[in-house]
Amino acid sequence: MFKYLKQLTSLVAMVAVLFTFTTETMAAKKSKTLKNTQKKGFVRCGVSQGLPGFSNADAAGNWTGVDVDVCRAVAAAVLGDANKVKFTPLSAKERFTALTSGEIDILSRNTTWTLSRDADIGLTFVGVNFYDGQGFMVRKSSGITSVNQFKNGISACTNIGTTTELNMRDFFNSKGISYEPVAFEKADEVVAAYDSGRCDTYTTDKSGLAAQRTKMSNPDEHIVLPETISKEPLGPVVRQGDSVWEDIVRWSLNAMIEAEEYGITSANADSMKTSENPAIKRLVGAEGELGAAFGLDNEWSLRIIKQVGNYGESYKRNIADTGILPDRGPNQLWTKGGILYVPPAR
Amino acid sequence: MNFKLKDLGPQLITVIAVVLIFGFFTYNAQINMENRGIDFGYGFLSQESSFDVQFSLIEYDGSHSYFRAYLVGLLNTILVSVIGIIIATILGVVVGVARLSPNYLINKFAAYYVEFFRNIPLLLQIFFWYFAALRALPLPQDAEAIFGVFFLTIKGLYVPAFIWENFNIFFYSIVASIIAIIVIRIHAKKLQESQGKQIPVFLISIGLLFILPLFSFLIGGVSLSFEIPQLKQLAATSFVYDGGLSLPPELIALTLSLSLYTATFIAECVRAGIQGVSKGQKEAAASIGLNPNQVLKLVIMPQALRIIIPPTTNQYLNLTKNSSLAAAIAYPDLVLVFAGTALMQTGKAIEIVSITMFTYLSLSISISILMNWYNKRIAIQEK
Repeated sequence: MFKYLKQLTSLVAMVAVLFTFTTETMAAKKSKTLKNTQKKGFVRCGVSQGLPGFSNADAAGNWTGVDVDVCRAVAAAVLGDANKVKFTPLSAKERFTALTSGEIDILSRNTTWTLSRDADIGLTFVGVNFYDGQGFMVRKSSGITSVNQFKNGISACTNIGTTTELNMRDFFNSKGISYEPVAFEKADEVVAAYDSGRCDTYTTDKSGLAAQRTKMSNPDEHIVLPETISKEPLGPVVRQGDSVWEDIVRWSLNAMIEAEEYGITSANADSMKTSENPAIKRLVGAEGELGAAFGLDNEWSLRIIKQVGNYGESYKRNIADTGILPDRGPNQLWTKGGILYVPPAR
Repeated sequence: MNFKLKDLGPQLITVIAVVLIFGFFTYNAQINMENRGIDFGYGFLSQESSFDVQFSLIEYDGSHSYFRAYLVGLLNTILVSVIGIIIATILGVVVGVARLSPNYLINKFAAYYVEFFRNIPLLLQIFFWYFAALRALPLPQDAEAIFGVFFLTIKGLYVPAFIWENFNIFFYSIVASIIAIIVIRIHAKKLQESQGKQIPVFLISIGLLFILPLFSFLIGGVSLSFEIPQLKQLAATSFVYDGGLSLPPELIALTLSLSLYTATFIAECVRAGIQGVSKGQKEAAASIGLNPNQVLKLVIMPQALRIIIPPTTNQYLNLTKNSSLAAAIAYPDLVLVFAGTALMQTGKAIEIVSITMFTYLSLSISISILMNWYNKRIAIQEK
C-alpha cells in the first residue's frame, strides 16, 4: 500500500511540474519569439526543399536565394550576423504546421498570400518579396504556344498542398477542358515525372517554372507559356500572436526594398551615414531611434544592408545572374515601373 | 480490503496517469490553438473542396465536399490494398511452395527473389518501379498494341471498356450459378459423409459457372461490346488514348511494388507453415490410401494454415498501412488527397490527421477481425 502511495505522489509531482512549466511559458513576454531567438543565437527559418533563386542549398549546404535572404536579414537585424540562421527544408504540405507548431519562427518559402491562409490557420503574412503568377510549361516540340491550344484529356503535373491545384481547376473549368491532375508531394518528383513524359504540361508559379526548368535533362526543350492564370504574391509568414516579431520580419524586408529605392548598397552603406537625406540617414542608423520600437539597437537596418544587401542586389545575385528570370517584371521598384512599394521607414 | 486495494492499485494509477497525460496534451493543444486563433471543428467536411483528383472510383470533382474527397481517398486506399493483398497472396504462396521445391533452379530463384525484395526499403522500390517504368514505357503515340486492344504507355495502361446491355440479367445468372455451386458442395459433402461417395464437384462447378451465364447471353438478351481506346492527338508531339478504361501508372507501380515486397514475407510464412507440419503426417495420410492431392488438401494444408494465417494477417496489415507511401508517386490515396491536399487547403491539421488515423485504425482492425474469424474457423475444434 505504502509503495503505491509513493508512486502516486511522484506521479502527481511530475504532472504538477509539467503544468507549472506551461503556465510559466504562457505568461507571455512582449516578444517570446525574439527572446527565444536571442537566447538560442540563431533564427529558425523554414525554406523550400530546393527552388533555385528562392531557396536552394549548394553541395556544401550553403543556402542561397531571395527567400533565404529575408531570413538572413532578420538574423542580421536581431543577432548581428546574417549567417546565424538554421534552415529547415519543408514540403508545401508541412510548411504551415511547422510554423504554427513552433518548429520554425519564419516561413520564407515562396508562399502565396491568400485570405484564407492569413485569416484561418493562425498565420500572419508580413509582406511580399516576389510578385508571381501561375503559368504552364510545355515541351517545345509539342508546338503549343498558348494555353488556348490545350485540348480535352491533357495531363498536368503539379505539387499538392499549394494554391496551384485550386487555380488549375478554376482555369480548366473556365475553359471547359477536361484534364488529368497528377499531384506529387515533392517538387523534384514533379520535375522527374514531367520530364519523363508522364504529363503534357507542368504548372506552378512562373518563377518556379523558370527555376525548375534549369533542373530538366534538357532545359532548352521546354518553354513557359506567356499566359498567367493567377495572382501569386509570395512572401514571408510568421505565427499569429507575436506582433513584435511580425514587425521585425516585415521591416527587415521593407528595409531591403527601401534601401534599393534610396540607392544604399552593401558597398556604400557606411559612407551613407553622412548623407544629406534624412530618410537615408534613418535607414543606416545615423538618425532617429527606429530600432528601439522592436527592442533592437539603431544599426539593425545598417547590418541588413551591409551583410545581405538591398533587394535589388539580392534579386540580381539570386535570380537575374543565375539566368532564372533576368527581367524583373513587376518586381521592379515603383519608381522604375514595377509595383514594389513599401511604407516609409520613419 | 487491503488485499483488493493492492490488486487495483497499479491499474488505477495507470488509468489516472493515462487520463492526466492525455488531458494535459489536449489542454495544451487547446490553449495553443486559441492563442494562435485557430478554430477547431469538423464543419469544413461539408464545404466545397474546389480541387480535383486524378483517379476516383466514385463521381467526384472540385464542386463536391471535402467529405466526398475523403471517400475518394479512402476508396483508392482500399482499392490498392485489396488488389495488393490478392496479388501478394498468390505470389507469396507460389514462391513459398517454390522455396521447398526439390528443383534446384526453382528453389534458388525463389530464395533470391525473397532475399532481394524484402531487404530493400519499400519506398525505394516504389520509386524504382514508378520512375524506371516511366522512363522505360513508350509515349502513347509509340505504344504497340498488346493483342490489338491493350496499350501500355507512360500515361497508363489503357484497356477496352465493357459496354453491357441488360447487365443485371448477366449478374443474376452469375449469382444463381454461385448459389447452385454452394448447394452442390454441401450436398457432395453430405453424400461423402453418409455413403462415402464422391462426385466431381470441381468440374460441375466450372460447368455451371459457364452454362448459366451462357444462357443469359443466348436467351436473356444480354450483349457485350467493347470500347477500344483510340489514340487522340493533343498537340504536335502530345498524344493520349481516348475511350476505354485507363489505369494510371501510379496505381500500377504502387500495386506492383507493394505486392512484390509483401509477397516475400508471405512466402516465408507459407514455407514455415508447410515445414511446420511433421513429415509423419504426410506418411500416415499416404498409408491410409489418400492420393497426393488429398494428402495436401485434407491433411497438410489444414494444419499448415494454422501456422500461416496469424503472421500473414500482419503482412496484410502492413501492406494496407504501407499503401500510404502512395503520396510519393502521386497516387491519390487517403494520405495524399485528405491528409495532403485537403489538410493544406483547410489548415485543419488536428481534425484531418485524427480522422485519417482513425480511418487507418478502423481499416486495420477490420482486416484483423476478418482474419481472426478465419483463423478460428480453421483452428482445431476442441470438443
